[in-house]
Amino acid sequence: MAGESGKIDPMHQFQIEPLAPLNIGGYDVSFTNSSLFMMIVLGALWLFMWGGMKRDLVPGRWQMAVEGVTGFVNNMVTSSVGPEGKKYVPLVFSLFMFILMANFMGMMPFGIVPGVHPFTVTSHLTVTAVLAVLSFGTVLVVGFWRHGLHFFSLFVPHGTPWWLLWLIPLIELFSFLIRPFSLALRLFVAMTAGHVLMKVLAGFVINGLNAQAAWVPLVVSVPSFILMIGITLLELLVCAIQAYVFALLTSLYINDAVNLH
Amino acid sequence: MPQIAQILETYASQFFWLLIVFGLIYFTIGKGMLPKIEANMDARDRKIADDLAAAERARAEADNLGDSGEADLAAARLVAQAKANDAKAKAAKDAEQRLAKADAEVGAKLAAAEADLAKASAAAMASIETVAAEAAADIVAKVSGAKVSAAQAASAVKAVMANG
Repeated sequence: MAGESGKIDPMHQFQIEPLAPLNIGGYDVSFTNSSLFMMIVLGALWLFMWGGMKRDLVPGRWQMAVEGVTGFVNNMVTSSVGPEGKKYVPLVFSLFMFILMANFMGMMPFGIVPGVHPFTVTSHLTVTAVLAVLSFGTVLVVGFWRHGLHFFSLFVPHGTPWWLLWLIPLIELFSFLIRPFSLALRLFVAMTAGHVLMKVLAGFVINGLNAQAAWVPLVVSVPSFILMIGITLLELLVCAIQAYVFALLTSLYINDAVNLH
Repeated sequence: MPQIAQILETYASQFFWLLIVFGLIYFTIGKGMLPKIEANMDARDRKIADDLAAAERARAEADNLGDSGEADLAAARLVAQAKANDAKAKAAKDAEQRLAKADAEVGAKLAAAEADLAKASAAAMASIETVAAEAAADIVAKVSGAKVSAAQAASAVKAVMANG
């Protein structure tokens, strides 16, 4: 975390470091700290779901939690897409839970163990881009599969005046094509900005405590620390909200593909 | 910003591992575990709905039974009342009949007694006449010494008694 000059680099947390070099077909697919945290997310998610697999008639606490989340995603998809949305629940659920778990794993205080740094998988544009492409690709495949070329009528909303027919489809097409970018960038920026802010505030706390002047810890470190508690709570909220936004937008886009407005 | 500075070195690794991990999540958790959990939730919802429907049916049945029970009770009460009324009327009639019979018996006895009384008084009257006639004849004989026949005395007594 601390650089050579003793300064705290808030961007260092996003550094990808290879843990086990691996090369397949000329591509460098090394197992990195990012891959490790993806695996941790997978393990945590599997453990969480496994705890809810008892399938009791009267659920216990853990089963209740798992059923609460599945019911939440199910409800979100079916209320956006309608009863046909059932088919897309596994995809939206996987996206939602992966993003949620990855966000939370990046917030875990693993840093108290020396030499261990938490890594936020979703703060990487490469990762959010793949997730956005999965979401957008599903919309394209479903749209063309179900409606064929008629899918393009999505770009001509009902009630468009004839004299605007040259403009509205262009705007609609643009807003449609920008969806994967907005999906990917929103998540990437939210996670990156939040973690940078937290790291900067933590730097204030530590540098203030290390300062020569006696007044600095009281004036800089204590307020920064109090602010950081609030920002951390806010960041936990953002973790959940970003996962929710991604899943909700995906189900709304799937609704476009299934029902064509 | 390492996310952009490192993008060319790391994109292959990121894509590779993300696709593996997300594929595992989608196929084992999304397609494997999720439907089982949802099936369990659906089964529970269905069971709750069924149980509620059964309870509702049972309640309606109980209501029906209660209604018919009340109706039965009312009918039984009516029948009992009618029977009681009948019995009362019958008893009243019986008593009246008995009373009338007793009345008639008493009347007959009374009439017989009256007749007996009349006969007895007539007999007594007749015997008084003969006694009076004899006494009159005796008195006449003692006072005047004249012999009066029984017939004369009787007619004289008759005449006096008829006047007096």
